[in-house]
Amino acid sequence: MSLPLYALQQLINALSVGSLYALMAAGLAMVFGILGLINFAHGDMMMIAAYIAAFSLIAGIPLPIALVLMVVGTIIVAVLMERIAYRPLRTAPAVATLLTSFAVGQILQNGALLTSRFAQQPLQIAFPPIDFLRGVVLAGALTIPKVNLVSLGLGLVLLLLLTLFVTRTTLGLSMRAAAEDIQAAQLMGIDTNRVIVTAFVIGAILASAAGLLYAVQAGTVNPDMGFSPVLKAFIAAVIGGFGSIAGAVVGGYALGLLEVLLVAIPGLGDILPAATTSPEVITFFKTYLPSTLTSYRDAFVFAALILLLLVRPGGILGTVDNDNTR
Amino acid sequence: MLQIDHIDVYYGKIQTLKDVSLRVDDGELVTLIGSNGAGKSTTLRTISGLLRPKQGSITYNGQRIDHLKPHEVVRLGVVHCPEGRRLFGHLSVGENLRLGAVTQTDSAEIERTRGEVYELFPKLKERNNQLAATLSGGEQQMLAIGRALMSRPKLLLLDEPSLGLAPLLVEALFAIIRQIKARGVTILLVEQNAWLALEVADRGYVMETGKIILADSAAALRTNPQVEEAYLGGGA
Repeated sequence: MSLPLYALQQLINALSVGSLYALMAAGLAMVFGILGLINFAHGDMMMIAAYIAAFSLIAGIPLPIALVLMVVGTIIVAVLMERIAYRPLRTAPAVATLLTSFAVGQILQNGALLTSRFAQQPLQIAFPPIDFLRGVVLAGALTIPKVNLVSLGLGLVLLLLLTLFVTRTTLGLSMRAAAEDIQAAQLMGIDTNRVIVTAFVIGAILASAAGLLYAVQAGTVNPDMGFSPVLKAFIAAVIGGFGSIAGAVVGGYALGLLEVLLVAIPGLGDILPAATTSPEVITFFKTYLPSTLTSYRDAFVFAALILLLLVRPGGILGTVDNDNTR
Repeated sequence: MLQIDHIDVYYGKIQTLKDVSLRVDDGELVTLIGSNGAGKSTTLRTISGLLRPKQGSITYNGQRIDHLKPHEVVRLGVVHCPEGRRLFGHLSVGENLRLGAVTQTDSAEIERTRGEVYELFPKLKERNNQLAATLSGGEQQMLAIGRALMSRPKLLLLDEPSLGLAPLLVEALFAIIRQIKARGVTILLVEQNAWLALEVADRGYVMETGKIILADSAAALRTNPQVEEAYLGGGA
């Protein structure tokens, strides 16, 4: 494969992975912005979505109905989560709500486990194939898995809708106002409970899209499948500047790009055309950046995160907030 | 219009208001003066529902409002323009004004009110697309008041509007407060600048350590030796 094609292929991979991170990170950031709550159970919302989709499809429910069930079911879980677990802790210290979010996550995971048991399914369930997400698209010399293209497209569309919502609608504007100063928002006449529930609902919609795509890519669903994505989404949100939706989206794509680069660059030694590249360059890559380095990807990602935060403590778009008055 | 009867308010275990009673009649401009920490802001925060009285009652046009949430109080037409402006700094001037009208549903009406606010504060129109945080102190105060007016208040609670403003701007601000009153808005004004507040007000209450210690017409308070000594520059 030629170098430009290789680069293009990797770029599409990066944007597709980045879309999933951005979808998850935007949901995390919305809730954090308003409540100061890092909702680690957000990853389990994604898992619940994947389970609902998997069980519905296994039961033979047609795809469109299964998708509706998935989104509605995840929204219900998110609303109940807010109402039962987080609203009573509205004035509690941040550490209490953080621990609560882990507890909520555990409960959801055990719920998924029990449901599998009762449905006599194994711990890890094979995700039923969805026809239009199977296979690859051939574009010239490029082979792109369809699910990557759909991730990329769906991610961009949903994030565009989210942007329109927070900039063009009164409810979206109220959400940004509540994120900035929740008491001042109340004094405007904004019902902050309504705004908070809205943030959870939107988070659930984005998480169910991510959950479906993730399950299709992985081919399986299991109860702790949400853990790694929520951690990545958290990192993405921190990279972008925590609390802002735009920051979370930028951070999601930046993280996707970084991860793919960390896989793509070490593979260069095998890709570079031997005829036109000097042997020293190829030897350099094969010696110092061998493709086996890719197994250390996460270590490099975290190292990059530490470096970024040393230089820009507020993240890419963030500012360090010195406002301790509220 | 507004009647506060014998309210006690606590911040945690500390009592900040003790047996406070006051009333504001339709069309009046009533001021609440007193030194820092006397409980003036606490009184406003209790009216707007951010705090709840432990004892006593607050009635607005005959309806108990002391158990309502802040957004429900706003819907009744009681709007609190808080101390320190509390603007949404990352949002534009126009967006801040739009949020002030969040309780309003008629968009033609909202635009008409916006026109009135621009008339009162022409600077805000010029700066419509600018982020609120980039405004000067005086402009920020104008925006805070303009934002409160966007909800078409019947009773406006103004908390320390002159705080941190240059003397010339304070004069202009009080001229605007007079204009707002002339438009038929009833105002409860909390001020540290007692002299100016008593100039514009019809009646006044003086607070000290969580209690109302004096209540009289503004004219009478201006010449009250006790007030004069404590707040009107008798040494301070």
